[in-house]
Amino acid sequence: MGIRNKLFRREKENGSERPPTREGSPPDRLQCASPLDVAQATDIGRTREINEDAFLTLKAVVGTSDPPSPLALLIVADGLGGHAGGREASTTAVRVAARALITELLLPILMNETREMGRRPIQEIITEAIISANQSVSQIESDAGTTLTAVLVADHSAYAGHVGDTRLYYVTDGKATQITKDHSLVSRLVELGEISPKEAQSHPQRNFLYRALGQDPELEVDAHLQRLAEGSYLLLCSDGLWGSVSDQEMLEVIYEAPSLQEACNRLIDLANERGGDDNTTVVLARINY
Amino acid sequence: MSANDRKRSLLDRLKSAEPPQKPADETAQPPGESAPPPAGPPSDVPPAPPEDRGPSVVPDSGGRDDEFLSTGDVLQQRYEIRKFLSKGGMGAVYLAKDLRFPTVEKLVAVKEMISAIRDSVTSRISLETFQREATILASLSHVAIPKVFDYFHQERRVYLVIEYIQGTDLESLLAEIDYPLPQDNVVNWAIQTCEVLNYLHNHKPSPIVFRDMKPSNIMIRDEDQRVVLIDFGIAKVFQSGRRGTMIGTEGYSPPEQYRGIAEPRGDVYALGATLHHLLTRRDPRKEPPFTFQEHPIRDFNPSVTPEMEAVVMRALAYEAEDRYPSAEEMRRDLLAVLGTSQGTAPTRPSREERTPVWSFVCQHEIRSSPQVFENAVYFGSYDKSMYCLEASTGEERWRYATDGGIVSSPCVWNETVFFGSEDQILYAVYTRTGRIVWTCPTDGKIRSSPKEGYDHVFFGSDDHRVYALSAKSGQELWRFDGGGPVRSSPVVSGELVIFGSDDGNVYAVDVQSGEMRWKYQTDRAVQSTPTMAHDMAYVGSTDFSLYALDLDNGWPVWRFRTKGRVISSPWVSGNVIYFGSNDHHLYALDARTGTLLWKYATKGSVVSSPRVSNGTVYVGSADCHLYSLDGETGNLRWRFPTGGPITASPAIGAGLVYVGSTDHTVYALPTEQGD
Repeated sequence: MGIRNKLFRREKENGSERPPTREGSPPDRLQCASPLDVAQATDIGRTREINEDAFLTLKAVVGTSDPPSPLALLIVADGLGGHAGGREASTTAVRVAARALITELLLPILMNETREMGRRPIQEIITEAIISANQSVSQIESDAGTTLTAVLVADHSAYAGHVGDTRLYYVTDGKATQITKDHSLVSRLVELGEISPKEAQSHPQRNFLYRALGQDPELEVDAHLQRLAEGSYLLLCSDGLWGSVSDQEMLEVIYEAPSLQEACNRLIDLANERGGDDNTTVVLARINY
Repeated sequence: MSANDRKRSLLDRLKSAEPPQKPADETAQPPGESAPPPAGPPSDVPPAPPEDRGPSVVPDSGGRDDEFLSTGDVLQQRYEIRKFLSKGGMGAVYLAKDLRFPTVEKLVAVKEMISAIRDSVTSRISLETFQREATILASLSHVAIPKVFDYFHQERRVYLVIEYIQGTDLESLLAEIDYPLPQDNVVNWAIQTCEVLNYLHNHKPSPIVFRDMKPSNIMIRDEDQRVVLIDFGIAKVFQSGRRGTMIGTEGYSPPEQYRGIAEPRGDVYALGATLHHLLTRRDPRKEPPFTFQEHPIRDFNPSVTPEMEAVVMRALAYEAEDRYPSAEEMRRDLLAVLGTSQGTAPTRPSREERTPVWSFVCQHEIRSSPQVFENAVYFGSYDKSMYCLEASTGEERWRYATDGGIVSSPCVWNETVFFGSEDQILYAVYTRTGRIVWTCPTDGKIRSSPKEGYDHVFFGSDDHRVYALSAKSGQELWRFDGGGPVRSSPVVSGELVIFGSDDGNVYAVDVQSGEMRWKYQTDRAVQSTPTMAHDMAYVGSTDFSLYALDLDNGWPVWRFRTKGRVISSPWVSGNVIYFGSNDHHLYALDARTGTLLWKYATKGSVVSSPRVSNGTVYVGSADCHLYSLDGETGNLRWRFPTGGPITASPAIGAGLVYVGSTDHTVYALPTEQGD
């Protein structure tokens, strides 16, 4: 069923499909179970003087239909360039992209004004939001740049726009799939077979990006669409996490932690235990039904 | 003559491929007043002491870093700014008049560098480095290198005064045209570039590496159509060292640059990257770095000779040792290419020859796409008949005559073939005998092709309706008002029937009830037939775009814009979607994201819908050819000429590809298998 139907059309036959029962929850509180949970955490790490990561999470549950529909915006940016420039770049990018996405996507969807989106494809709106963020970052006086990964969750679809090496993972059935492709030299070298994934971990130029916001007035944005299964997770993280914690370890933490927030905290702790060489930001969402 | 006019004239020369001619008024730019301007600063600014090389007459600059000079500003009491030319990474370039030559119009280019670094120590070091670089430049003397006249700093800015080159850089030229540059022009430019690189690389006491070879740094001088290198790596010296995460290449730089190595063979690579861009129009800044080897030039531009491709690809070798050891050796090979390419006929793929296994001629054009089913080929013709032929021999089994031309493609189900006719009737005919089973009259011509699902037949009519009929009896289940003629074919997917209408909408209708579930409005008529995959409906529109719509709710997920109407129906194979456009191209996109994987240019509209079999894409074009392309790369495997434009789609079965042409003939050609 489409989100528009879910949001704004009352079902003729009510309650044909009940949301899944949470263990231990009394049946009459089922309606309170959120279709989507979101948690997040960020940390400066152990060696940096400033946290250049920035993020934004926004979640709405629209209960005008049964079951309620989730709508969420998840953004993580990792500033580049050292000093204060990187911080300014990532915050600017997050704010500008968020403003565009909220005005041009979230509000029209919430207000059932999807026709007013100008019939523009969702991925075009996301791409243009990131391009306007790029323009704003370019206007910052220093030559700093930033990565940006933005995800819109609507119903059972995740629409992502991506530039740089902040990753989006889709976690389902005990498997983590990296949805985004790093725009880094090293990942390109791995693709070419020039170096092994293991060598990439310690490559001296592992931080080189060939695409980032704030570098060029023309920016190509990768777009992705991921359908979301019940019980699956979306994980957004800066390179502070995936640079030191393996996919397998991330999986274990996500599945074993008692709560989403605890999972985020443990992931950050793990990165810091490995040296905490970089800022780490984690945004985790669970699709309950 | 304006810059655009000059660009135009260069373009015209490229097109006519005639020897370059001087533009009539190339020296007249800009139109200066005949009277020399006053030698000295404007009167409202206090004159600086003559010996002072410090801040002088940049009005109101106040040391701010973000302001450009204005027309009329005078630097060092000598260079009067005439015009802003361009903005660079660290400053701007201006056209200025040298006031020391009051009686002649001596024009110079003034490059301005603004140090972004506030720290005065770093700033000083940067300036010294820049000065050293400028000194080297000043010692160079080559026809393809601008002369350096002056160097000074003022405020927080540094200025370099160099020869003003009037011409067009290759990046601007690329932006102006939508076809690849002719090989001979590119080879000539490349030879001249190699000459100047060779000069730099053999500079004494130490070689100079240009480090920034790219189309925007190669200028074609109006005066003599010769190459001049501009932007002498100065920006490089000026780039502040960043720590932490770094940002690298501009797409043309060699891999070793990431290791901080700059050597002559890096320039050879970057020249290779530049030539690749010029010949393919594939902008390396928009691609992952070092992917040239995966994109041979001739995939994009078959008119390039294999010899030229080999030269460029050797320059682009990933390892420096595998490239030309010097620009001079590259130049020699380029000279050889120039020799071979002259007088060569346009290159044609060698495996073009394809002999039909059989062909079948009917009375009129064939615009209906054949269907292959159990050793038989079914197709309609504008001669008003539906034909059934033996698939392996082309022998006629039967034909069924209607009262209108047949453009609708047949659909075969359960020993019955369904097709519409311009006589407004949908026919159901036995596949074995060609005898009628039932008919369904509508109120408009039927150009939509029927589709089968759940034992029902769905089709549209020019009477604006979509009909759902029982396949066995022809009894109507429902009809749906499509708001305009429906030429697109309704496709069944799950509980939905999806189709386009000439009213611009894509409709999704409940397969059982005929109630609308969603619709999506494009800007023009939708005549393309949707294809469903990845939970999306893909469909083309005559508004020039291909759309990916969410099957759940009709939301547009992405769209891909072409330069022509998209009537061709898309075909999905794995993660790749193929479709044609009236802009003459066949496109291959990533089906999930709508990212272009490759496109192939034919010489006519591609209305025909592609078919994919064993990694090969088959598609017809209005240029009369059936094309067989490699599904992964878009490389041409072969093409087969017919006597008329092909608008129908090919069908594949039993090792043969069948296609009808407006030359009244259906051809059966061997597929790639067996090659």
